Amino acid sequence: MTLLIALLVGAGAGAYGFRNALRLRPQPRYLAGAAFGLLGAAVVSGATKGCAYGTDVDSIQNVIGVAIAGAAGLAAATAASSTKAARGDEPIAKQRSELRTGTYRLGWWWPWLLLLPTLIILVVFLYIPAVQTFTLSTMLVRLGAPNTIDVCLSNFTELLVPNPWMVVVLPSLSVAVIWGLGLWKQRASAGSASYNLATTLQPLGIMALLTALYFMFSGGTNGYRSIYLNTVVISAGTVLGGMVFGLAIAYLAFQKVRGIGVYRTLLIWPYAVSAPVAGILFFMMFDPTAGVIQHIFDGFGIDFPNYRESVSLARFTVIAASVWKVLGYNILFYLAGLQNVPIDQIEASVLDGASAWQRFRYIVTPSLGPITFFLLITNLTYAFFDIYGTIDYLTRGAPAGATSVAIYEIIRVGVDNRDIGRGAAQSVLLFLAVIGLTIWQFRRSEDRITYGGVG
Amino acid sequence: MSFSAGVRKQGIIRGRAWPVHVLLILVTLAIGFPLVYAALISTQGNPDIFAFKLTPGDKLAKHFDDVWVGRSLGRSMWNSTVQSVLITVAKTVLSLAAGLAFVYFRFRGKWLVFFFVLVTLMMPTEVMILALFRLVSSLGWQNTMTALVVPFAASATGAFLFRQHFSNLPSELAEAAQVDGASPIQFLTKVLIPVSWNAIGALAVIQFVYGWNMYLWPVLIISDQKSQVIQVALQNLQGIDVGLTYGPLMLAALLASIPPAIIFILLQKQFMSGFSIGADK
Repeated sequence: MTLLIALLVGAGAGAYGFRNALRLRPQPRYLAGAAFGLLGAAVVSGATKGCAYGTDVDSIQNVIGVAIAGAAGLAAATAASSTKAARGDEPIAKQRSELRTGTYRLGWWWPWLLLLPTLIILVVFLYIPAVQTFTLSTMLVRLGAPNTIDVCLSNFTELLVPNPWMVVVLPSLSVAVIWGLGLWKQRASAGSASYNLATTLQPLGIMALLTALYFMFSGGTNGYRSIYLNTVVISAGTVLGGMVFGLAIAYLAFQKVRGIGVYRTLLIWPYAVSAPVAGILFFMMFDPTAGVIQHIFDGFGIDFPNYRESVSLARFTVIAASVWKVLGYNILFYLAGLQNVPIDQIEASVLDGASAWQRFRYIVTPSLGPITFFLLITNLTYAFFDIYGTIDYLTRGAPAGATSVAIYEIIRVGVDNRDIGRGAAQSVLLFLAVIGLTIWQFRRSEDRITYGGVG
Repeated sequence: MSFSAGVRKQGIIRGRAWPVHVLLILVTLAIGFPLVYAALISTQGNPDIFAFKLTPGDKLAKHFDDVWVGRSLGRSMWNSTVQSVLITVAKTVLSLAAGLAFVYFRFRGKWLVFFFVLVTLMMPTEVMILALFRLVSSLGWQNTMTALVVPFAASATGAFLFRQHFSNLPSELAEAAQVDGASPIQFLTKVLIPVSWNAIGALAVIQFVYGWNMYLWPVLIISDQKSQVIQVALQNLQGIDVGLTYGPLMLAALLASIPPAIIFILLQKQFMSGFSIGADK
């Protein structure tokens, strides 16, 4: 019964995924979409041997199983329709490369020989572990032990509240809100009141999604909710701090004063410092007995709290070390981005008597949009993964796990507790977050191309 | 005309130069502070540190002896050097080969291969690190340089960087090379590499720093101190519970940052121009 619902949901999602396959007429289009969706849902169900649909498992597993089938259906149909689109473009691409002279006409095996080492390494050390992460996440696996037990989705359901509505409906609703706002913005003409309203509401949609995810994860002392909260707070702090300070300092370093090259080198060098070393340097500065911060506060007669015992101060210290570390990289890219600022508009605005702030707000900021988005993604990647080294040297997740972010928890569960299956399930969650970010990134860059904006 | 030239010369904020200098010096000092402070601590013994002396102490030589001889920091630095150089060379060679195949050959399934490589951009190693750890352990590569290098020898970023770079070169280069009867490998070594030093330099900085600063993977796969890399070996000096060894720890942290800093400064020009090429696209 649940299996039937799952397949139907998959087919429906597939039909939806094919809505843009404009080459086909509506009826065959939706039928083909449904077929691909059905296929995707069936493949996923088959891979888990349909374990999520039985009556012997929790209802939450049934619900998640149906949701996964729907997502697989949508993914299969989207992949199929974009493959079709890519195939459709191929003749043009071929003509274009036909025009391009200077390609080698040797044996067919030449390019494959050149690509072979790259492909082998990508398959063995990226694709295979990626697939294995998904299979391991449905098992009970101990590190170093050869035996495994299938546990279906229980590694995941443990991380979630035992309430299907909270898990599926709330996040879906907020995704629908974000998507609807995007559509609204697309329909409205640029600059109109409703366009501006949609633009202001968009961050609220993202906040709603983040809040919905918070309530989706299980609370309590061993719940995943605190890990999620740590990850959001620390990565948001790192990204915001890194980008705001990065832009401000880059703007300052863009002035053509004497010796600017020396200043720039002195501002960019933290790029070469590692995340662990950043952790060590801040470990020293904030040390409760010998650190400089303690000494300064002592001088004012204030007893500065031990950062390893205060939740907010521990998080702040991790964020401060990470911001310091990413600053060099952000300054470097903002300096490159500032080269694209239209100097003639600046000159005109000077003649019109615009203030420095107005120039910055209305001329400089808009032309930095693409680079800001690029930095948002790279800084988020840093805050998700590379931050591990900083935390390991600075707080080790203390106090009471308040600075333990997602990647730190994965290693704690998967390696320290030797519970690979549960660690892999947490990895899958992080993987989904990364995939979501990447798709967002690709869509953004596609938008820019279609609207003909300056990259 | 002279007015606009003035704007160009001074950049975006117009006005006197000295406030800009003051601000820049303040910011430079703020960013440099953790490093300067670490350098100060690395010369002081614990009594000086607790007394918060601002003058350098006389313990630098002793600390160096402690970390270099006592804790064999040199051996870890050597391991990191070998690892970073091998990763940099492997990634550069494989990326050049991939770029050559993507731009100068036509073959069936090219777009599929392209897509296949592109997708790996959204697959960070950290996300699948438990499975990778299990896989590499089952190959019996624990505590080997192979485990530190081979999984990271290919790079989608590098392949796309060179693909982009080569397709912006005039096609006359390839035609001339073919008329002269040069093989693809000769074309790569004699023509493409000499005109690509900026891109190669930019990629080399990124990959060297990436290899040198790698932390999580060696923590997992290397347990033998003899084969450990520098970023993890620093753990031995951080006695949170026992002896407070601030001076040696700071000195070791500084020493660990010197090689990537040298590479960065040496290749700074290539790095910057390689990036401004990338940022235009």
